[in-house]
Amino acid sequence: MSNPNLRLEKKHPLAIRWNHWLNFPLLAVMIWSGLLIYWANDVYHVPVPGTGPVRIFHENKESGADPDELKGIFPFVMGAPKYWPEKWTEENPDDRSKPRLIYSIKNRLAEGMAWHFFFMWFFTINGIVYVLFTAISGQWRYLVPQKGTIKHAIWTVLHDMHLKKQPPPRQKFNGAQQIAYTSIIVMGLGSTLTGLAIYKPTQVWWLLAMFGGYGAARFIHFWLMIGYVLFFLIHVAQVVRAGWNNFRAMITGYELAPVEAEAVNG
Amino acid sequence: MDNEDANKPDAAAPKPLEEVQASQGAAADLGDEAKMKRISRRSFCWAALAVGGTYLAFNRIHAASTKWTKDASGNPMAEWEPGVFRSALRFDDSVSERLFSTTTLTPTFPDSAITEARTNGDLGLPDDFDPSTWKLKVEGLAGSKSIELTMTDIRSLQRIEYVTQFKCIEGWSYFMKWGGVTLASFIEKYKPEGAPSFVGLETPDVDPDTKRPGYYVSIDMPAAIHPQTMLCFEMNGKPLEPEHGAPLRLIIPHKYGVKNIKRIGVIRYSKEMPADYWAEQGYDEYAGL
Repeated sequence: MSNPNLRLEKKHPLAIRWNHWLNFPLLAVMIWSGLLIYWANDVYHVPVPGTGPVRIFHENKESGADPDELKGIFPFVMGAPKYWPEKWTEENPDDRSKPRLIYSIKNRLAEGMAWHFFFMWFFTINGIVYVLFTAISGQWRYLVPQKGTIKHAIWTVLHDMHLKKQPPPRQKFNGAQQIAYTSIIVMGLGSTLTGLAIYKPTQVWWLLAMFGGYGAARFIHFWLMIGYVLFFLIHVAQVVRAGWNNFRAMITGYELAPVEAEAVNG
Repeated sequence: MDNEDANKPDAAAPKPLEEVQASQGAAADLGDEAKMKRISRRSFCWAALAVGGTYLAFNRIHAASTKWTKDASGNPMAEWEPGVFRSALRFDDSVSERLFSTTTLTPTFPDSAITEARTNGDLGLPDDFDPSTWKLKVEGLAGSKSIELTMTDIRSLQRIEYVTQFKCIEGWSYFMKWGGVTLASFIEKYKPEGAPSFVGLETPDVDPDTKRPGYYVSIDMPAAIHPQTMLCFEMNGKPLEPEHGAPLRLIIPHKYGVKNIKRIGVIRYSKEMPADYWAEQGYDEYAGL
């Protein structure tokens, strides 16, 4: 069915689409390999009232993965699907003073380091290319928060939550998106710098000192990762909500935009 | 993925046509939706190729870093090995060597920074060790000689003491005051044959099964002659305790803890890279911080 109110519009440049989609497997590998490293010294707890501190992740040095059990769950992973947690376990379920384990995996520190310190290059280069492209092409104008962004962001969130009926004025990225997509770049920079500081603490001792030392840099590095996971969840939920036309634009570069939006977009 | 044609405004068409389209209502917009379909088909084909390519690439990497062994019941079992990652790790290390100086000092701290030590790892430290009979074997000396040294010989070398942050490859760390003599002064006094690129250090015990020492590390020569690299026999101003490597251990703060071998029995100069316990387990052999 044709719609007289729709018009083909260029939305996302090719470079940004490549950066965006390349970043998905790269960040996934960085998070997964980072967790393998983290498990060797899983010190961060989240206090949960009533149950005592919950260790978000825990390395289980005693038990190994059961490949057969896992093949049943992840048959699409060829070879040895050791990428996945073997079991959900609880240590001392009756003793509430002991941390509860909600995730466990065999000790694979060397493997995690190998992947992490190989893919860090591609992750970093992809980020640099993205920032350079947006800066040079002028795309940053749509992405970087400016005057009115906060107002627009609040309006967007209120409208999304059905607390405000009238939609905010249409723009390529709404205020909330501008804040989120710029924050994620700042977070990426933070991960790269804290990562470098932990990786070469003697060589870049000044950088390490800026982050407050080795333990602090590792702490920031870890929680930025949790930040990506939260970003990812919200991002995917919003993409689902925004619908097919919006998603398709990130693949094809084009969207079918309402004609009356022309004046707004200039 | 781009389709520049699709972006050409329909306004470029001759005016009469536009009027015709207008009179036909939605006909012009049908064009845009049809174009979108065409662009989508092409883009999604590319996307499918990219997803498939990524999947294949990861499988290749995975296969090239997997060693197939058998488990206890004889079933095939996949085990990770460095494989293709070994060259990636070496590339990282060569970048680091080019980018940074091998003589950068690790920050030192006042005594007030000292925290509780963590005892970690007893590889090569069997209980039957008798410190009174301990001697340090030195191999690969000028003239291809080997000698044995006592603590008195070691103590006569250049003294050094500092508080530094000891960093384990697992991610934990502590602040400790270490005291001893510089490895540089040791190498200066006990000169090697030729110009070896490495120093290998081993614990004095020999495993009856493997005929190898319980623990052994390789140190590259620039790291060995780094001014902070220390043959350590004091911790926190007191004699080193057995679980921390008495009578003599290596403290090399610009390398991970795994390189800070306890209870040194042998020091061997070597042109080739000496065996390294954790490198054999798939860790980076350089381990430089």
